[in-house]
Amino acid sequence: MKFESQKIAYHFFALSMLLLVLQIIYGFIMGFAHMGYDVFHEWIPFNTAVTTHKNLLVVWILSGFMGAAYYIIPDESDHPLFSTGLAKLQFWSFAIVGVIAVAGFHVGWWEGRKFLEIPRPLDWLVAANVILFLVIILMTLIKGKQQTTTSWVLTMGLVFAALLYLPGMVYFDNISVDSFFRWWVVHLWVEGVWELIMGGILAYLLIKLTGVDREVIEKWLYVVVGLTFLSGILGTGHHYYYTGGPSYWLMIGGIFSALEPLAFLGMTVFAITMYRKGNKRHPNKLALFWTLSTAIVSFLGAGLLGLAHTLPPVNLYTHGTLVTAMHGHLAFWGAYASLVLAIMSYAMPLMTGRKIFDNRMGNLAFWCSNIGMFAMTTAFAAAGVAQVYLERIAGFEFMVAAEETKPHFFVLILAATLFTVGIGMFISNFLKFGLPNDEALGTENEFKPLQAS
Amino acid sequence: MLSKKQAKLFFLGGTAFFMVIFFGLSIHSLTVGIPENTNADQLNEEILLGRKLWDQNNCMGCHTLMGEGAYYAPELTRVYDRKGPDYIRTVLNTKTGWGPRGRMMVGYDFTQEEVEGLVAFFEWMNNTDLNGFPPEPSLSK
Repeated sequence: MKFESQKIAYHFFALSMLLLVLQIIYGFIMGFAHMGYDVFHEWIPFNTAVTTHKNLLVVWILSGFMGAAYYIIPDESDHPLFSTGLAKLQFWSFAIVGVIAVAGFHVGWWEGRKFLEIPRPLDWLVAANVILFLVIILMTLIKGKQQTTTSWVLTMGLVFAALLYLPGMVYFDNISVDSFFRWWVVHLWVEGVWELIMGGILAYLLIKLTGVDREVIEKWLYVVVGLTFLSGILGTGHHYYYTGGPSYWLMIGGIFSALEPLAFLGMTVFAITMYRKGNKRHPNKLALFWTLSTAIVSFLGAGLLGLAHTLPPVNLYTHGTLVTAMHGHLAFWGAYASLVLAIMSYAMPLMTGRKIFDNRMGNLAFWCSNIGMFAMTTAFAAAGVAQVYLERIAGFEFMVAAEETKPHFFVLILAATLFTVGIGMFISNFLKFGLPNDEALGTENEFKPLQAS
Repeated sequence: MLSKKQAKLFFLGGTAFFMVIFFGLSIHSLTVGIPENTNADQLNEEILLGRKLWDQNNCMGCHTLMGEGAYYAPELTRVYDRKGPDYIRTVLNTKTGWGPRGRMMVGYDFTQEEVEGLVAFFEWMNNTDLNGFPPEPSLSK
């Protein structure tokens, strides 16, 4: 690392790992409940488990993005972080708000709005925290010796992610209007501005790991994020097909949703092309694996599996079924979870000075978690398709269909166990690195000759 | 060959162009489309009480409404037609929690007014036009 202040990223990465473990535990509770073993019902009913599972996902990914920004922006701007003290304050307030939110879900302090369950009073604390984070990042960027395209794309992604949180904080009497704005937040995050963040982090990793010229990588970064907004903004329409919106969303949402995989395909082609053009001499193979898998699996999960059920005649039957869970799991894993693991795999050796670049544990973690998640996706797909045929086509009652899908949840739990083993090994590697230390300052200089700029 | 400047223009121009269209369609949807499709003029205190309870109790954490929510309990958009108001009242009045086929619902201690609010909310939802959702099961015709 270049500056001591980058060490703050470690706090966010460690928090991410802790929340990921909790997210997985709640996932198991839900998987067993679907199989008929809802043993925690008295203390953690399903709606508590699902809300905790989803919000932990959002918070650990955001924590990873924040850690990534605190590592990348000083490096790219060639300037220490604006204020380490404020960054520490931002970290602890972020963690405390997260703990209060999760604890609140267990005593019914929530809003029944998927992904945005954090109650409004707490939303203001989230907003204040994110403003503090953005001030630190923007001030670092402005004071920096250089302002690269990569750092601006990443920062703009973070700024717009914060702005888009606001429509989700307004109350509307009509639940259909509430849902309309909820998707402004959730869809325009994950299929919009989060892809800016993803593009920024991927570009940074590719510049560092492949040695391809920055100008070439950043040019294609613009094209990829351009494709994201070209398709993603009007692609929001796929959430308006059947939630009270006018019928023109069927056509507009259908066309632009069908184009959305292009952005992810662009991301895949972008990463693979840069890797092939590169000098392949950087020793951090684990970071490279995670970087390339992010680009590839995001296309499969978010792009292809999204396309599989986004066209209106198909979505009429799959909307509101486990088919959505199939797409959601691989999409979040590929696009955002793997991305956070990629930047962690890259940054940790440089923050701690321990050269864990290509060890057995890290490789097993990569393959077990990826194979586990693909198997989980397959189990969700089987359950989802069975549900669609039984309930939506044959007309059986919901619970009749649910009984029939139980064996698929058994497979899901087996797959999730493999996934958990993989994540356990990733965390074991993470712990092996130890804490960041000043002796690691300047460690990346050794790899500078491998990079073009 | 595409230059970096042209690529930047593609990104900024494309984003601005599609954002303008999106905002235009959103304004139409919010002022004309959704109010018409959902009979927004019929929303009254009783329905809004039901809506508030729906949110407060995170019913979406198990059920789906308009296809949105979790997939642990039935879709409720047309539950008013499918099961009828008395069935809904029975479910909501089961203080120990409704439990069909072993899958447990949380038990609620709703007042009569609150139960009627939820029933009114489901009746309002029942009459919304959702572009054909949920579909009629084709094999059961």
